[in-house]
Amino acid sequence: MIWYYLIRRLFLLSFVFFALTCFAFSLGYLFPGDPLVNFSGISQPDDELLPVLVQQYRLEQGYLQQYLAFLQRILQGDWGLSLASQQPVLHEIIRVFPATLELVSYALFISFVLGVPLGLIAAIKANHWTGRAISSIALLGYSLPIFWWALLMIMLFSIGLGWLPTSGRISVLYEIPVTTGFMLPDILMSGQTYWQAALQDAIRHLWLPAFVLATYPTTVMIRFTRDAMLSVWQQSYIKTARAKGLSRSQVLYRHGLRNAMLPVLRQLGLQFSTLVTLAMITELIFSWPGIGLWLLDSINQRNYPAIQGGLLVISSLVILVNILLDILYTLLNPLARKQVHG
Amino acid sequence: MLKPSLKNAPLISLLCWLGTGCQPEMPAEVRSGLVYCSEGAPETFNPQLVTSGTTIDATSRQLFDRLLDIDPISGDFVPALATHWEVREDGLSYTFYLRPEVQFHTTDYFTPSRPLQASDVRFSFERIMQTEHPFHRIGGGDYPYFQTVDWGNRVSRIATPAENQVVFYLRQRDSSFLSNLATDFAVIHSAEYAEQLQQQHQPQRLDSHPIGTGPFRFREYRKDGFIRYYRHNDYWGTPSQLEQLVIDIEPNNAKRMARLLTHECDIIAYPRMSELELISQRPDIKVQQQSSLNVGFWAFNTSRPPFNDARVRRALAMAINRDAILQSVYFEQAQNASTLLPPSSWGHHPEIALPSYDPDAARQLLSEAGFPYGFAMTIWAMPVQRLYNPNATRMAEMMQADLARIGVRATIVSLEWNAFRRQLRLGEHDSVLLGWNADNTDPDNFFRPLLSCNGVESGTNRAMWCDPAFDALLGQALLTDDRSIRRSYYWAAQEYLAEHLPLLPLAHGKRFQAINARVGGITMNPYGGIDLSGAFLRQPEGAP
Repeated sequence: MIWYYLIRRLFLLSFVFFALTCFAFSLGYLFPGDPLVNFSGISQPDDELLPVLVQQYRLEQGYLQQYLAFLQRILQGDWGLSLASQQPVLHEIIRVFPATLELVSYALFISFVLGVPLGLIAAIKANHWTGRAISSIALLGYSLPIFWWALLMIMLFSIGLGWLPTSGRISVLYEIPVTTGFMLPDILMSGQTYWQAALQDAIRHLWLPAFVLATYPTTVMIRFTRDAMLSVWQQSYIKTARAKGLSRSQVLYRHGLRNAMLPVLRQLGLQFSTLVTLAMITELIFSWPGIGLWLLDSINQRNYPAIQGGLLVISSLVILVNILLDILYTLLNPLARKQVHG
Repeated sequence: MLKPSLKNAPLISLLCWLGTGCQPEMPAEVRSGLVYCSEGAPETFNPQLVTSGTTIDATSRQLFDRLLDIDPISGDFVPALATHWEVREDGLSYTFYLRPEVQFHTTDYFTPSRPLQASDVRFSFERIMQTEHPFHRIGGGDYPYFQTVDWGNRVSRIATPAENQVVFYLRQRDSSFLSNLATDFAVIHSAEYAEQLQQQHQPQRLDSHPIGTGPFRFREYRKDGFIRYYRHNDYWGTPSQLEQLVIDIEPNNAKRMARLLTHECDIIAYPRMSELELISQRPDIKVQQQSSLNVGFWAFNTSRPPFNDARVRRALAMAINRDAILQSVYFEQAQNASTLLPPSSWGHHPEIALPSYDPDAARQLLSEAGFPYGFAMTIWAMPVQRLYNPNATRMAEMMQADLARIGVRATIVSLEWNAFRRQLRLGEHDSVLLGWNADNTDPDNFFRPLLSCNGVESGTNRAMWCDPAFDALLGQALLTDDRSIRRSYYWAAQEYLAEHLPLLPLAHGKRFQAINARVGGITMNPYGGIDLSGAFLRQPEGAP
């Protein structure tokens, strides 16, 4: 049964990837300028190189052959050169991507740690003033425009109080060689004598952007946890459990929370694309050298091969996370497994 | 060794952060490092290949030395890599005696085996002049400054009679020769490094992984992120007090300012003029200013009608309210320009006045020239902020309104900076708002790049103005070393320009930089790039 479900999912996944690569491929023609330049990123191919490239990109053949060649290049890791730096696009993406993953995962961590307990409290004390306060704050956080919120935080904590830095991942005076691309492990592996101070500095840099980025998912988490908990609380099995004499906390953790978290997990997947968009804005404001900042710069510079590669990576990530969470949801929820056709 | 304390570190720092005002104890490498926040990324690490101020600021004075320098206060030549020099009586040969025991940088990609020799100087300049030189074409083969001063035709050859002697032979007298050698572009590279790169078949690294003799050595560059330099410990001059120098690249003005306020930057380039007054009130920030050898101007494309008619150019000049521009674009932080040369230059003609603001007379002049109903034109406004023009778009908008009063319909063109320069070079503009920063104190450095026929070819003469009579004046002025004779030629040149107006000088900007008050030792040059080697950091009170 479950295998059937997984195969269906994988089939869906491959179809979405097909559509995505089709779109990315057609961008080469939709962007202004020569498709050869848009694909290869070589701004002025000389006379020797030109026929080689035309051959390699199968530009003299039909669109289908070109698309297949494109697919082959993508799989082989030849994503063309960045027009701005003349470095391979894939290398640049690998260089900047860990910074984004790092920021997003810390933000998600914060939102879990804060959001779930707050949502629980809001559900349990739904009619108490604490519950109402949490719900209103969540609504407020949900509707804050992130760029405004980020600037406000910078004004307060960086410029006003002078506690936290405004930009980057670490003070540029610390020399941390790039090994994994994730800052905190890199510091631990750098072997610098000042690694403790560097770690402290990196955390100071992390605080503001992670907090700003966490605002939205935290409020989403609070709202979903609260709503899910409230509806679970109405279920008859909860009443039964209570009637059997289980304590309030036993019911809450063993029967309530686990069932309430399932829809939250599913929602999380749907919110992931919003989170990525917000991460890009956060990166721009805090000069965080991740893929969002890199992609926005590339758009500014009309760097077509980079835009193509960046879009491909980000949308694949969003799709992949969505489907993974969906599968996880199914595995955890026996009811959903029975509704594979639904 | 790390292991036992590793567990606690994040906890400690988190706790530390939660306690308010807990600043981390900074290690020595970080404490004695300076962060200079620049407005853009350098195009290359070889100053010979560019004229852009951003690249010069980042590279020239930090990594390299020249044969001689100019004293920023007196304007006299002072020894640098050459301890002294001799000029033959006919002015056709210059002999330089090199300083002994000058060491090149030792980095992880190059270890020099010998100190500076005459062959290094010869290599550095022959790369520019000899088209068949193995390094000439590397990096594009464009040496814009040297092309403008016609270096290839002026210097016939370079000889090295001894290891510490270099002789430059000139084809004709050139009184600006020493000034050219003292510019930020005339840097000395290592011939030994070049040889090594050739053997490794990586000649292009000469311009991306620089080796010089300057006060700092190259460490790393993360594109569009930052540049890291370390101190050159065997520097021949006074070694810098800074352990490291980081040039942090932040094109956004507001973010640069914010980083200065949070002390992430020690120095920021080009603070916004409208904010200067505000930040100068803070005790932790100093604003430095220096009148600088530069000029902002409005150049007409004289190769196109109707701008090839001097009456049209004069009429347009009269239509512009320059006082209003000085007020709302420069915030009064600049001097009104009357000629191309700033008043601090020795060649400045004090008695020249530009046509004054008079829209009625302008309209009349325009109908005399055959345009009673005006015409349509473009004003190209440069997209970047420069000393000589802090906000070209705003300026263009004001001019657009002024021009509308005499019936001229102006449209503003603004492109991305590289595309802008490329298309200007093709002469696609009607008029352009641009400017010039002097590279040395010689007046020739203003006239020749901006208005000579050579400047049209090398792409610095945006007025596309090629007038043999004017070129002859400039040529005459170079044939003697007598300053009073030279001055008379430059005065004549300025009078000639005031009559023909191929470009309208607008203002001479003052150079500003905002500095954290704990930084000392930054002196500003009236010309050329910033020199950070003298900088030092005052330790906070109470520290050992």
